[in-house]
Amino acid sequence: MQNDPLTIAGRVFLSRLWVGTGKYKDFAETKKAIEASGADVVTVAVRRVNITDRSKENLLDYLDPKKYIILPNTAGCYNVEDALRYARLARAAGVSDLIKLEVLGDERTLFPDTAGLIEAAKILVKEGFIVLPYTNDDPIVAQKLVDVGCPAVMPLAAPIGSGLGIRNPYNLKIIMEMVKVPIIVDAGVGTASDAAFAMELGADAVLMNTAIAGAKDPIAMAEAMKYAVYAGRLAYKAGRIPRKLYATASSPIEGML
Amino acid sequence: MAEAIQIQVNGEQRDFRADATVGDLLRELAIKTERVAVELNLEILDRNEFDGRSLKQGDRVEILSFIGGGAPLDAHGRGRGFVHAE
Repeated sequence: MQNDPLTIAGRVFLSRLWVGTGKYKDFAETKKAIEASGADVVTVAVRRVNITDRSKENLLDYLDPKKYIILPNTAGCYNVEDALRYARLARAAGVSDLIKLEVLGDERTLFPDTAGLIEAAKILVKEGFIVLPYTNDDPIVAQKLVDVGCPAVMPLAAPIGSGLGIRNPYNLKIIMEMVKVPIIVDAGVGTASDAAFAMELGADAVLMNTAIAGAKDPIAMAEAMKYAVYAGRLAYKAGRIPRKLYATASSPIEGML
Repeated sequence: MAEAIQIQVNGEQRDFRADATVGDLLRELAIKTERVAVELNLEILDRNEFDGRSLKQGDRVEILSFIGGGAPLDAHGRGRGFVHAE
């Protein structure tokens, strides 16, 4: 299922399902779920090291950076300055120039502050980052992010962690047609059919965390998502039939009695 | 032993010996320098600067690394992932 790579800014991503690493019970479960998902891109957050107890394990002890593309995010940043600080820290921590840029505008919805997002993206692109911005399902904002140098755009399907699925497929479709960079649908997926739907619309990849980590059986859901993304991608490439109001017989009339 | 200084490390006050470097602090805390970012008084240090930057009284050091995360945090820290396995 990995002969359909996605290239962004010269980086090759083998899987079209990208997964977050938050909200799992423990690292062992995180690792198993990621393996079951087949994802080769995993997002991580940047936080203070626990200096009082150094005996505890680190997430990256479980995730081999040679096997996975580690995509640090600026999760939890509510202004441009914080987002820039966390992005620079992520790069200093030495994984890569990739950053999933988040500038949030509101704590209840976690919707992005798109004005701040564009501003931060512009600065980070100039500093040499490969900026993958988490944005709204707004085609104009998506285009502005591309204009400032983002090599891909990550519009939300629904609020983070909401599981509401693809709330505005028409806007997502317009983004996919308008914006000439890969589109990764990020946030809001609830179950496998949502992921398949995003891919059928023409998304280049889907990023999710809660839909897997929050499922009753995260490992089984991770596997379901793997197939959903694969099936959706195949269906998109195959080209669906047009919707028609009336029936079209599948069996020939000729030869009937 | 050299004179002691007070510094702040990840928000906590800490005594440390004078004439020590950031590299010494990381070794003292048993923190591997790979995949760690260090900020000294809001300035992000290059990995190869750790052993050359000395600490002085009142310095604020932040040591960060990667934790589980995908979705951003909400106001109550939900979705924060976890810092360490329990």
